Amino acid sequence: MAFESNFAWAALLFLGAAHGVNPAMGWLFAVSLGLQEERRSAVWRALGPLALGHAAAILAAVAAAVVLGQVFPLSALKGLVAVLLVGFGVAHLTRHRHPGRGGMRVGPRDLTLWSFLTASAHGAGLMALPFFLSAGEAGGAGNPETTGHAAHHATPMAAGMAPEWITGLLGGAMHTGGYLLMTGLLAVAVYEWMGLSLLRRAWINLDLIWSGALVATGVATLLL
Amino acid sequence: MPRMLPDPTFYPSPAMAKEAPREKLAYVTLLTPGQNGRSDALGVVDTDPGSREYGRLVHRLDFPQGGNELHHFGWNACSSHLCGYAPNPHTERRYLIVPGTHSSRIHVVDTKPDPRKPKLIKVIEGEEVAERTGYAFPHTVHCGPDGIYMNALGTPDGDGPGGIFVLDHDTFEVKGAWERDRGPQQLAYDFWWHLGYDTMITSEWGTPNMVKDGVNPNLLLAGEYGHALHIWDLKSRRHLKRLELGEKEQMVLELRPAHNPRRAYGFVGVVLSLEDLSGSIFLWHRKEETGEWEAKKVITIPAEPADPDDLPPALQAFGATPPLITDINLSLDDSTLYVSCWGTGELRQYDVTDPFAPRLTGSVRIGGIVNRTPHSRDPGRPLNGGPQMVEVSRDGQRIYLTNSLYSPWDAQFYPDGIRGWMAKLDATPGGGVTLDPDFFVEIEEGLRPHQVRLQGGDASSDSFCYN
Repeated sequence: MAFESNFAWAALLFLGAAHGVNPAMGWLFAVSLGLQEERRSAVWRALGPLALGHAAAILAAVAAAVVLGQVFPLSALKGLVAVLLVGFGVAHLTRHRHPGRGGMRVGPRDLTLWSFLTASAHGAGLMALPFFLSAGEAGGAGNPETTGHAAHHATPMAAGMAPEWITGLLGGAMHTGGYLLMTGLLAVAVYEWMGLSLLRRAWINLDLIWSGALVATGVATLLL
Repeated sequence: MPRMLPDPTFYPSPAMAKEAPREKLAYVTLLTPGQNGRSDALGVVDTDPGSREYGRLVHRLDFPQGGNELHHFGWNACSSHLCGYAPNPHTERRYLIVPGTHSSRIHVVDTKPDPRKPKLIKVIEGEEVAERTGYAFPHTVHCGPDGIYMNALGTPDGDGPGGIFVLDHDTFEVKGAWERDRGPQQLAYDFWWHLGYDTMITSEWGTPNMVKDGVNPNLLLAGEYGHALHIWDLKSRRHLKRLELGEKEQMVLELRPAHNPRRAYGFVGVVLSLEDLSGSIFLWHRKEETGEWEAKKVITIPAEPADPDDLPPALQAFGATPPLITDINLSLDDSTLYVSCWGTGELRQYDVTDPFAPRLTGSVRIGGIVNRTPHSRDPGRPLNGGPQMVEVSRDGQRIYLTNSLYSPWDAQFYPDGIRGWMAKLDATPGGGVTLDPDFFVEIEEGLRPHQVRLQGGDASSDSFCYN
């Protein structure tokens, strides 16, 4: 059974934004660079590389799925993604991971790499895959505008390369757009107006919630 | 267990941490000088003036063995966990990591659920430390954004190099040695960092073999003890530069970088100058224009003339008491530096608002090799040892002191055997310090106090990523 494609696209946008909300995903890093350099422009300068690294993490996961989709049927792929999601969620619950590469004196390349590694370590790409799969599934040939009538007989991963890549790129752009919007909004708002004492009061454990979301998405992918 | 909100003792900036509530408890390492049949311990001292037990040792957590030579210790987590590039804010500041410098054992103490009755939950044996890192004689502990950083004075055979290693801050698993390229660095003592500049600073004392049997006069007069600082890239773990302080400067110990991550300077104490037995404070700083690190002497404290009959054998030939600067501490707002003169028995307070031109603003005498100044609580009784480990509360208003240095060295400078005590000073607004007459903890015979850590954090427990 497939998701409605519009839902899948909206979900990707929302997922990106949900990722961006987490201070661990980049906006706080951007704020700290601005404060360290005492320059507003340092906050803005960080956003591009952060988004680029994030997009790369999503696309890497999608690319892996597309390649695997050439070999395995969609059902097997979904199963694999589901198992990985649950495993990742459980592992994430018990252990903190720092991908490294961080620091306070970083250039655009460092930031891009940091964002790529951080998003990957949090399973951002993996989390997006079920939505890609269903968007592709619903879109049949990969056109997000078509509704789900093609879903039952066209598995996107077997329908040829080009449309999947288009779905992948569009979906990646959607996810990254949501991420960039939220990251930029929060970085600028905190740097300019809200201040860091906010961290003490409002930094709820999104990682805990995220772990739950990973597991839930995994389970849903299996069941739906 | 991870928390839903950040640990309330984590503060984004030193300015915010300065507003933290006052500490109600202090933890202090209590060590046996060598093996005396007793166990080392962690003491809990009541620092709440509203409590009936104010200024008393209210609990003693005995460790399995004695003779570990407990020295410095630190928290598993602190404000650095709020850093944007490696955030970990929902870990608890809960465990004290207490290494034994002689045994190389690392004790992990849980301060919850009852902070007045901490429990020992894990001991990592020295063999494991050696196997995983190649190091032995662990010393300083600092909670980094991405792990618990520790350093060690040397290798298991007691020679150099000493260096840094990391513990996982969830599991306390010992990871490997930290350095990728140590350059010319061999000696170790203290380490800390400028998180805002991705820079690590390390200092130099001597290898374990050079210190564990007491200060060696031949090595000292030959200038063989440490006399340099080392600058490292915190990210790439590579040695960047050796900063020579002068060959006559001997034993470069406690490092106190500015807490404000935008400020690239800090202070380090040098125990002894071979020129004139003076002690000194050097300032290291990064030149804004070139990015080069430099160091210069900003405080000199002279030796005090003394009758050789009043001096221990090690000092009689000199006819003077060296100040022996063994510890320093910098208030969280980077405005005030405290300097322990363990030899002369003096604690000095400096205004370092201009770090290049410190201004002496206060002094308290207690103990001392010659003076044996009593505490105001019992003015008739001379005290030995002197101000040694010094810790400053987060608001900068209270200063805690203990009086023992390192048991093989205690015996050389205080041959009558140190009687342990812990005292507290109050900082006077606008400059000056006075002893709190109601706070004087006498440590029972057979145990000596060393570093103090304050509940919730203090001026040398946390580092910050935001100004």
